[in-house]
Order: sequence, then structure tokens, then C-alpha cells
Amino acid sequence: MSEKLLEIKDLKVQYKSGDTPVCAVNGVNLTLEKGETLGLVGETGAGKTTTALAILRLLPERTGSIESGSITFDGKNLLEMPEEEMRTMIRGEKISMIFQDPMTSLNPVMTVGEQIAEVISYHSDSKEGEDFSVDKRVDEVLEMVGIPATRKDEYPHQFSGGMKQRVVIAMALSCQPELLIADEPTTALDVTIQAQVLSMMSDLRDKLGTAMIMITHDLGIVANVCDKVAIMYAGKIIESGTLEDIFVNENHHPYTVGLFGAIPNLKVETKRLSPIDGLMPDPSALPTGCYFHERCPHCMDICKKTYPDVYTEGSHSIACHLFSKNDPKEETNE
Amino acid sequence: MAKYTIKRLLILIPILFGVAFIIFTIMDFTPGDPAIRILGPESSIEAREQLREELGLNEPFWTRFFEYIRGIVFDLDFGTSYRTNNPVFSDIFSRMPVSLTVAFLGMILATVMGLPLGVYSAVKQYSKSDGFLRVASTVLVAMPTFWLAMLLILIFSLYLGWLPSGGITYGWTSYILPTITVGVPYGSKILRMTRSTMLEEIRQDYVRTARSKGLPENKIIYKHALKNALLPVITTIGSSFGAILGGSVIAESVFNLPGLGTLIVLSIKAKDTPCVLASVLLLAFFFAIIMLIVDLIYAFIDPRIKAKYAK
Repeated sequence: MSEKLLEIKDLKVQYKSGDTPVCAVNGVNLTLEKGETLGLVGETGAGKTTTALAILRLLPERTGSIESGSITFDGKNLLEMPEEEMRTMIRGEKISMIFQDPMTSLNPVMTVGEQIAEVISYHSDSKEGEDFSVDKRVDEVLEMVGIPATRKDEYPHQFSGGMKQRVVIAMALSCQPELLIADEPTTALDVTIQAQVLSMMSDLRDKLGTAMIMITHDLGIVANVCDKVAIMYAGKIIESGTLEDIFVNENHHPYTVGLFGAIPNLKVETKRLSPIDGLMPDPSALPTGCYFHERCPHCMDICKKTYPDVYTEGSHSIACHLFSKNDPKEETNE
Repeated sequence: MAKYTIKRLLILIPILFGVAFIIFTIMDFTPGDPAIRILGPESSIEAREQLREELGLNEPFWTRFFEYIRGIVFDLDFGTSYRTNNPVFSDIFSRMPVSLTVAFLGMILATVMGLPLGVYSAVKQYSKSDGFLRVASTVLVAMPTFWLAMLLILIFSLYLGWLPSGGITYGWTSYILPTITVGVPYGSKILRMTRSTMLEEIRQDYVRTARSKGLPENKIIYKHALKNALLPVITTIGSSFGAILGGSVIAESVFNLPGLGTLIVLSIKAKDTPCVLASVLLLAFFFAIIMLIVDLIYAFIDPRIKAKYAK
């Protein structure tokens, strides 16, 4: 196996608003190797974006705080890095991020060329060669995402949504980062454009050898793009493994089963979809025991009391009492 | 852009016509006889009647109004002041420089004070200095001009003896206190406006994008956020400038400055219709031009507005 690029250990993030803290991320563990793509899947509010923002240390300054844990990137703990180093060495240079909504993530009063040039000129010193020029590099990255370089003097409002997302991608890849975090990069785009943007992203990832964290709630995207999958629920990773583990293997966390059940399947005839009943728990008042127990069809007594350990089988790990080796399944309350 | 500018300049004609009509009507409806004002209360009835005939005051309202407009359009003649007997514009132009100087200096002070402090206040939201600036700007906005002016005179002229208390006979030092008096309240207004628009912009997605690119914080604030936050601030600056130009009567009175504001008040009191009309028309013209400049600056800052103008 290749080297570890990113390792998140027991990451906890809280937002403070009002009296009770909102526990958005409650002990996330993740590892990512160089060149690998991880799909981070979960419902809205599961803490996916918060995890991503924590990696770049871009949580809202006053309200968001990282309570504990470590984020090791290239052997360095990002949480202990001075802000200045974080800014000059990490953001935009080694880790970049693509945000969900391309309509609002570009500055409306600056040309797209300027906005791309900014990243390059702030991070170019280390990569400068003989004939390096920021302008030329801007042209290159624009062409790379399929936008004619002649359009660099245009403003974001002159681009369509899909084109804007391409600009954002060009911006994120312009310094050839080692890790690209894509936060639902296609959610705001229509389906045909989604496919284009996704295939372009995978092509560029393969070409540049960038590792990627793909945040999404679309399992179809995961199946197309990712090598590994981690499924998040209420700020915890409840199941993770390779694409095969998740999509082919038999054993699953009940939540994962629920997720797959909520997707229309063309091969099996069903009258209606089977959504997961109930709502995700309120992150400011998390339940005791397993966070999923209130919605779980296999809920057992122990589920209400203690949070399950992680049961690992090869590359596949599940955080569920159902797969506990000590606790046989007889305890299930049907 | 050129087409847009010309269009806006052409719209000025009906606007000024409307302003002229309204002022002319109001002056006509208000009581008082210019002939008595000019000749004095002891004058004979015959002399008054003769003067009225000379000034054309016995003609019907519409005849007088269109005669006035005709004079402006064909001869650029705005009439003669009843009060001083000079052509009105010689009176106005002798006072214009004082008003313009105070308005310009006041606006520069207001902008230099309001804009950076507003940005600072927004960036340091909820800090002690932000709290101080918020309270201070509220107090300064609410402070009556005459009170601030007298306070300044008390401190700097009477107790410290550093600056003249009025008039324009002491050169540039005469302008310091009037500039502070008109500038500080508007500066506070600009501060508050800048703070609120900046706070809005700082939370926008593109600012987060800029952060994720690893740009230094001051670049993010000044290059990304401020440029977007500037539009409403510029409108405030523009309209404040217009307001100071004609509305600094109180500051002019307290500091005994021969400016446009006092001229208008004097003329209204003396029922000097030609002078009131010409001064107000001039102010309206200035105001319209300033707002046009504001709109052109908009287009310069925001490409989306520029695209709209071009259509």
C-alpha cells in the first residue's frame, strides 16, 4: 500500500450558538492514502461539510471550534500548525476545496482570470521554473477544464452554472494540490452538467494524481468516482470500507441498508421507495447509546445504552452492535 | 456607457423644469410683497406700484413663469436679485467657493473617517473597539449640528485659542472647525453603513472560497469583500455630499460663513424669488450630477451593472 496522506483521529467539532453547543462532528476517524478517492456520504446535517472545513481550519471563527482530535496531513498535525503556515503552505497549495454552490462561490466583481491568478501567484514561488508566468498558467488551467483561455477576462455572471463550477475546479487544481476536497460539487448543477463535471473531475484526478474527498449524498456518484466510502451519521462514521465492501458485501450497518433502500432500483419491482423513518437526532441533544437507535429496525437494549465499537473485517468496518463478535444476535428485539 | 450618460443628462431637463416650477409656485403662494421689501416700508404706494410694473409682478402667474423659463433658456438670464440688485449668479458665485470648500473637505473627512473605521468595526465584530465605535457613531449621528459646532468653538477657540471661531478671514484655519462639524456626523453615517454592508459580505461564500485559496486576510477584506460592500456606501457618500452642499445652513450660521445655505435663507426671508430659484436650481443640478457620477462609479465597480447600462 502507498503512504498515508491524511489521517483524522477522533475529530470533534462543536458550534456554539445559544446556550447548548451543537455537536456537529463527534469523533470522526478517517484515513486517506495518496491518490485515493474517498466518498463521504450522509444525509444533510451529518457533519460532512463541517469535517471538510475542519481539515482546512475554515470553520466560522466565533461559533465553530474543534474540541479534540488530530488531523495529520503529510506527517504534520494541521490543528497545531500556526495560522500563517496553514495559509501559505496548506490552503490552496496542498489542500484545496470545491464548494457546493458555484453561483455564489466566485467573487462577482472580479474576472475569473484574476481569481485564478490569485491562487497561483500566492503559491507559485516553490514551483517557479524558467519560463513560468502566472498568466500562462491561468490559460493552462482554464484550457484544462475545457474553458477557452480567451474567456479569462470575463466576469462570473457571464458564465453558466456548469462553467462556473469548472472555473472553481480550475482554481482548486491550479497549484496541483495533493488533496482536493469536493463538497457536493454537482448538487447545484443539472443532471447533464453533473455528469460532465464529474467525469472531468475524475479525469483530472487521474492525470494529476490528486487524492480526493468527495462529499455527497448521491450514492451513484460514489459508485462512479470513489475508491473508498465512509458513511456518516450524526457526526460519526458508522460504516466505511472499499467500494466493494459497501456496494457488494452482505453485512451492513442498518443505516446503510436504509440509504440503499431509499434509492429507486430499476431491476427490482417495488411499488414505492422505502425511506428511513424519522429524522436525524438533534445535534444539540444527541441520544444516548447508538445515535441511530431511534430509527433502527434492529434496535436492541444495548443500542440504547452504549455507543457500539467499530467491528472490522479486512478493510470493512461497521459501528454497530449487530456485528459484535461477543454479542450474538439473539438479543435482537423484533 | 456614453449613451447611458447622455440619457441621464437629458433627463436632467425635465427634472430642473419641475424643480423650477415647484419653487416658483411656492414663492408665489407665500405672502409678502417684493416691492415693499425692496423699497422699504416707508415708500409711497405709487413707487411700489411702478416697481411692480417694472418687475412684471402684475402679470398673471403663467406669463411670469414662462417668461422666467424663456429668460433662462434663451438668454441664460436668471434674473436680478431683489435684495442686492445684482444679477443672481454674481451673488451665488461669490458664495459658492465657501460652500464647495466646506462640502468637499467635510466629505473627504467623512469618507476617510467612516470607511476604514467601518471596515475595522466589521472585521472586529463584537470586540471592544467595535462596541466603542458603534456607540460613538450613534452618538455622533444623533448629535445636533449646532451643538457640536458650539462645543468645538468652546474648546478650540475659547479655551485653547487654537482656531478662529468664525468667518473666513483667517485662511485655511477658518475651515477646520466647519469641516469637522459637517464631516463627523456624515462620517459616522458612512461608518455605520460600511460596517453593516461589510458584515454581510464577509459571510458570503466567495469570501470562504478566497480563504480556502490561502489568501492573506487583508487581501480578502480589502480586495474581495470591500469592493462588493462599496456600492451602498458610495450612494451614502454621494447623497451626503448633496445634502451638505445646500443644507449646512446651521454650520454656516454658527461659524458665520458666507455660504450658499445662508444665502438661500436670507433670500427666502427677503422674498427674493430670483435668487432662491437660481440657488435651488443650481443645487438640484449639482445633486443630479453627483448622483450620475455615483451611478457611473457603480458600473465601474460592478461589471453586472455595467452590463445593464450597456443594454
